Amino acid sequence: MTVATDDLETLLERASAGVAFDGLRVAETDGEYVLETAENEWAGLDETELRRALESAEEYVTNWYYWQETVGGEGTARRAFLRWCERAPLVDADPDDATTGPWSDGGGDDDATGRPATLGVTERYDALRGGIDREWGQLSITVRFVDIDDPDGERVYDLWHVDDADSDISDLEIYDDPRDARELATYDEDGRYRPLKTAPTLPGGWAFTGLSGDELVETVEFFYPATVANWHRELRGNLDVDHWLETAERQTGIYDVIDELPREAVEWMAEACCVDSQCLRRREWQYEDGDDLDVDGGDGPFPCREPCSLVIAAARKWAILESEDEHTYELELTTSELNQLEELIDAVAEDRTDEIREADVNDGANRYRARYLRAKRFDDEGDLEATRVDD
Amino acid sequence: MQALVIAAHGSHLNPDASDPTYAHADTIRETGAFDEVREAFWKEEPHFREVIRTLESDEVFVVPLFISEGYFTEQVIPRELRLDDWDPDQWESDGTSASQATLEAEDVGKTIHYCGPVGTHDAMTDVIVQRAETATEDPDVGEGFGLSVVGHGTDRNENSAKAIEYHSDRIAERDRFDEVKALFMDEEPEVDDVTDYFESDDIVVVPLFIADGYHTQEDIPEDMGLTDDYRLGWDVPAEVDGHRIWYTGAVGTEDLMADVVLERAADAGADIGDARDAVRELAASVAETGADAGPEPGAGAGAGD
Ligand code: SF4
Repeated sequence: MTVATDDLETLLERASAGVAFDGLRVAETDGEYVLETAENEWAGLDETELRRALESAEEYVTNWYYWQETVGGEGTARRAFLRWCERAPLVDADPDDATTGPWSDGGGDDDATGRPATLGVTERYDALRGGIDREWGQLSITVRFVDIDDPDGERVYDLWHVDDADSDISDLEIYDDPRDARELATYDEDGRYRPLKTAPTLPGGWAFTGLSGDELVETVEFFYPATVANWHRELRGNLDVDHWLETAERQTGIYDVIDELPREAVEWMAEACCVDSQCLRRREWQYEDGDDLDVDGGDGPFPCREPCSLVIAAARKWAILESEDEHTYELELTTSELNQLEELIDAVAEDRTDEIREADVNDGANRYRARYLRAKRFDDEGDLEATRVDD
Repeated sequence: MQALVIAAHGSHLNPDASDPTYAHADTIRETGAFDEVREAFWKEEPHFREVIRTLESDEVFVVPLFISEGYFTEQVIPRELRLDDWDPDQWESDGTSASQATLEAEDVGKTIHYCGPVGTHDAMTDVIVQRAETATEDPDVGEGFGLSVVGHGTDRNENSAKAIEYHSDRIAERDRFDEVKALFMDEEPEVDDVTDYFESDDIVVVPLFIADGYHTQEDIPEDMGLTDDYRLGWDVPAEVDGHRIWYTGAVGTEDLMADVVLERAADAGADIGDARDAVRELAASVAETGADAGPEPGAGAGAGD
């Protein structure tokens, strides 16, 4: 109980200046104290009585201490995120300013168990004994008390891949240094480099355990950089969105050309890159202010406030390709071969080629089928035998 | 509170491109000199565009992990950080003398001390020399040795050659090596003919690049004739035309680079306590064990994306 005693002493020091936090209120007038919790109210207390009353409201005291002394950082994204983790009311957000997006307190929260979006101190303390789970993209976060039998308010955080939620922890590689997240986020399951951190391809098999709040935020930031900051801005209604055209016009050097990408092609680009199957960010940027793209921005958990560097790099390629003229070509294909071309493009676009079985010759993107088509329709130079007929 | 942001290029294609940035950031984290240390990239995340908002500190020191002043340091980084009042004249630089400029990042209202790139800082000269020591595993290397600093050349940035020449001149002035020569990939004098420029039997070749990649792990070793095929690797030293070439790989991976980052921030007013001593000690102990020596062929392509 020593830590809790420290908590109590610290709170008493602050009491005369007034404390109002998370359902706890202490106020002093002329040496008399008022104490309120969500469940009780005491008035006209002298200091000894206040002390005794606070001891009976220990959960409020240790909760106050954890947030005000351990976590600190009032108004910061870090603090708001940690409060979100345990379903505490996000006191930092003015409810009137908050958006009604999927992350705000107001509703639409992702709670499959039917629990309310936010919990008061008493309910939270009950829940923290067993651990409170949250999902952040492909990350599953659990916040729990360090000491579940005699909680002193100190929380720790565990983190693993959502797909590993049911895994035995002994089957996972255990980490405790946030920086290890950088390495884990670098490659996908097949060992391919992941330049887009919010691609839904984070591999599992690892767990961070016993992180402090600061360490948790650091780890999450290594997995999904800047998502906490932008979530927090969205929550407060001040997410600054840079639409396509202003972002494109800002570019210089070799990217100078991207503002020439036709509007229609920007639609195709968003459909290619910024959909849920490719990116966990929810595209908030449009063609320009007041001119929305038709393509849906997706339901990703993180707001995307401007085209990312990957999209900018791809846009450069498409801007160059789109500057070419169209021509009419004549080539001989059977109907099935035409269908097969469609299947081939689709298989690559859906990253499905690995799944096509060697002997599945019914699939147009089967490797033997593709090789056969090449053998039949390509000339000696390896080009498709097609003739341009419009010149 | 004060924060340090190390701003680097990164790559969409090559995961190793950011390794030096992470390594130097970690070294500085260990010193505890800054409340927050953050890596930021042009081609990776967090992007330059969003990095400042991830910080709680009001004072932010931004050090570009780039070799020379030019397009990235003068246009891209300040623009993407939203330093709206930025003007390259604020550096009052002749191409190698950028120090710092104090500005405000418009989207967050924080004070940003925007520093010159690591590559042109005087302390970089020591890193090049240390690179020669690590490669030869000889802390006294110099006598009987020639040293070449190798850069890309002027095709993209006229200041790129200036940085190479600046450090070559400074090393030459120290009279430590018998000969010192600046060589380039894309302009005269060319690194292909490295042995033509030296009389010394032993030549240390230090490429002034931030990260190992296509140029330092494929082009330069093949151009110099260290190997016919970079994938087969090469010896350190390797025999070429009767000379021994001690090729070191990108200088940016040297541990002492963290010291240059710290110096840049300190020059701009950061309070770094005795962090520099800690970094120097660490770098020296690594140099002694030679842990960093030797090339790692086939580290991957992609510096050009
Ligand atoms: S621009 Fe598109 S692909 Fe890039 S982060 Fe935003 S939503 Fe994802």
